[in-house]
Amino acid sequence: MSNVTTHDTMHDHSHDHDHAHAMPTGWRRWLFATNHKDIGTMYLIFAMMNLFAGGTMALLIRLELFQPGLQFLRPEFFNQLTTLHGLVMVFGAIMPAFVGFANLMIPLQIGASDMAFARMNNFSFWIMPVAASLLLGSFLAPGGAAAAGWTLYAPLSVQMGPGMDMAIFAIHLMGASSIMGSINIVVTILNMRAPGMSLMKMPMFCWTWLITAYLLIAVMPVLAGAITMVLTDRHFGTSFFAAAGGGDPVMYQHIFWFFGHPEVYIMILPAFGIVSEVIPTFARKKLFGYSSMVYATSSIAILSFIVWAHHMFATGMPVTGQLFFMYATMLIAVPTGVKIFNWIATMWQGSMTFETPMLWAVGFIFVFTVGGFTGLILAMAPIDIGLQDTYYVVAHFHYVLVAGSLFAMFSGFYYWAPKWTGFMVNETRGKIHFWCSMIFFNVTFFPMHFLGLAGMPRRYADYPVQFADFNVIASIGALGFGLSQLYFLLFVALPTYRGGKKAEAQSWEGAEGLEWTVPSPAPFHTFETPPVLTK
Amino acid sequence: MNTTTKRLFTAASVTMVGLSASFSSLAYNDMPGGPAVRQLNFAAPVTKIMEDIHWLHWFMMIICTLIFIAVFGAMFYSIFKHRKSKGNKPADFHESTTVEIIWTIIPLIIVIGMALPATKTVVAMKDTTNADITIKATGYQWKWGYDYIKGEGEGIAFLSTLSTPREQINNLAEKSDTYLMEVDNEVVVPVNKKIRVITTANDVIHSWTVQGFGVKQDAIPGFVRDTWFKAEKIGTYRGQCSELCGKEHAFMPIVVRVVSDEDYSAWVSSKKKEMASMADDPSKTYTLEEAKARGAKVYAANCQVCHQPNGKGGGAFPALDGSMVVNGSKEGQYKILLNGKNAMPKWSALSDTELAAVMTYTRNSWGNHTGEVIQPSDFVTARAAK
Repeated sequence: MSNVTTHDTMHDHSHDHDHAHAMPTGWRRWLFATNHKDIGTMYLIFAMMNLFAGGTMALLIRLELFQPGLQFLRPEFFNQLTTLHGLVMVFGAIMPAFVGFANLMIPLQIGASDMAFARMNNFSFWIMPVAASLLLGSFLAPGGAAAAGWTLYAPLSVQMGPGMDMAIFAIHLMGASSIMGSINIVVTILNMRAPGMSLMKMPMFCWTWLITAYLLIAVMPVLAGAITMVLTDRHFGTSFFAAAGGGDPVMYQHIFWFFGHPEVYIMILPAFGIVSEVIPTFARKKLFGYSSMVYATSSIAILSFIVWAHHMFATGMPVTGQLFFMYATMLIAVPTGVKIFNWIATMWQGSMTFETPMLWAVGFIFVFTVGGFTGLILAMAPIDIGLQDTYYVVAHFHYVLVAGSLFAMFSGFYYWAPKWTGFMVNETRGKIHFWCSMIFFNVTFFPMHFLGLAGMPRRYADYPVQFADFNVIASIGALGFGLSQLYFLLFVALPTYRGGKKAEAQSWEGAEGLEWTVPSPAPFHTFETPPVLTK
Repeated sequence: MNTTTKRLFTAASVTMVGLSASFSSLAYNDMPGGPAVRQLNFAAPVTKIMEDIHWLHWFMMIICTLIFIAVFGAMFYSIFKHRKSKGNKPADFHESTTVEIIWTIIPLIIVIGMALPATKTVVAMKDTTNADITIKATGYQWKWGYDYIKGEGEGIAFLSTLSTPREQINNLAEKSDTYLMEVDNEVVVPVNKKIRVITTANDVIHSWTVQGFGVKQDAIPGFVRDTWFKAEKIGTYRGQCSELCGKEHAFMPIVVRVVSDEDYSAWVSSKKKEMASMADDPSKTYTLEEAKARGAKVYAANCQVCHQPNGKGGGAFPALDGSMVVNGSKEGQYKILLNGKNAMPKWSALSDTELAAVMTYTRNSWGNHTGEVIQPSDFVTARAAK
């Protein structure tokens, strides 16, 4: 965003030795970590582990659905897998991965020496493995893991065994972690920007995370409230969601989705941020409409609070309620469209090259837009009545969460990995990863649109024979997609940490921003004295 | 051969068997009133509402496709033309308020244009007034109960359970074309009559769906919601429960048979006769054998999905064979049957006769030999006591 006077980065480095907190070594470095880069790396590793845990569950689901009839899994275990797949991917993979990106990149992008609250940062990370163990360990509880869907709708969630309690506690912990992480990000961005970096000069990734952090602080307590009420309904005789005691099962859905809809933007806004960094770099042209991007992101965030009941058109809302939520939801298409137009305008008349980060970013725009269109179609209440709780919805949210969030994170990894590791990622392997993921993703999820239109309900362990062929295609695609990610881990990510072509400080020709003024890999301590910005 | 290769071989052979079996789905036919093989669009409309949904969907698809072509046409044009390798020098423009306003206003107008026709349909879908016949659909784990509460057929009530044999689900028998979307008792309604469906549930949320009618309405325990349809074609139409309701969620379909007025009247009178002959006399005294025989049927229809045919249970579902409750005091078992406990629902769908029979059955089957016969009158007392 801003030009930077040449800054003697070696100065930072030599500073380390006489500094009170030199780089710790061994396990202490990680357990007692307060360095934003170490914590960010741990977040990414943690998210990767969860991605594979959740991915394994997805493949088991696709294995059972490969054929009509029950072959491998009992329906109760199938339901546990769909539930935990959702919870693990949302709370264990996507959200922590974005927090990892925030930890690694925000201080580097705004010229801060570290996150504002270094020890709280440590705590908010180390809660996560505990929560994830509780969540995954619930498979061993009597009666198995929670099987009420990731939305944990009451009263089904009230019926479950102790696995549900473990899931509830795990979500409480992850929520606490998210809130701490968000406060840290907000304070860091608002207070620790290098002198001269006004908010409207900040990199887009910081902007999207600032807005995301506010969303998180606003809605995580709402989720905590909802699941606490489920907990007391289960064990302490309350009737928040039981009609017999004056409660209402639908109230759970209102509270859940008041969290849940902003939550989906929590998972996509930082992705917008990453893409807004990558595209200008490889188009060698400034981001088009910077301020309108900021306003569009804020509008999406604000609108996200008034659209929650579009998840509930089939619960039987009054006609005015349906109309309000339908209109409000369709309105979101406007700022989202503005973002896509701005990205394309950034590419327009640029001088583009297509290294792997750019491929993922363009792939993101393409596939995310498909998910956006199906979102618009689902927003129409009458059409939604036909599609609610079918595979169409499954296709839609995987198009925005996998092809959206995950693809943007891959773009971010390929873009910033040189800064983290000091090595350029192998381009050929990166391209193999991209094309395999892109093709297998569509093979998996595109046929689900047809299944949904034809009426195949989601969360079904078995289905009518007429749906068999598309399910075969989806299952084969899922296996390919899973293997593509294994390829990424073994042949792209891990080797990059071990070696490769040495990365320059300015790893990409067109890259702008403070992170490219420090050496690659970024030294343990950066910007101990704030950089001086010109302009 | 080491274990890894062995495992790979097994996996490969499973895949091959699966593949060859899946292509045998070519041998299946379209389901009458249900999905077609490799169906690509919504179900064929049977009601005016579903016609509107079809229209709206095409309308949206066309607009979205046009936008898609325009937006990605521009993007891919730029991707192919504005490359560094083609010597394109980056332009310098990076903001334009006019352009931003234009591409905010135009999508806004498009979105409003989309919302208007949808509004009309929403209002029509929600108008449940002036129904000819009102039917209450009650969701149970895992079946549907129907009560005809107003209009011709008033008083008819029955349960509707999946009729697909377990052998088909467990791949021990060839699957039929109506696999998983067939029931023992279909809902029967007259053609061209406005049918109001009131939904509710006994345990958790279910959702009453018929694709061809454009109807999907959650059934919420303790509350009533309503929806309506007016089928314009005679035939059988199907749907499946559309809100996760536990382990047998995939096994509680909805089947509606639309018949002519005359056929409907005939069905009503035969159904009423059948119900009268089936009605149990609650004051009757049963012998052990009679009660066990009746109880076995009730058990098979309601209990064995969880507690298993051998009474051994599994997972969250306790064994009845050798159970302290089943072999203990009668009061304890009355309580659980009437009030439910954890995953066990309260069995309000069963009559006193059925409850007494199934209780007798459980207390005198497998390894349980209490020799006690529970009479329907015992349940009358137990209900009063609670």
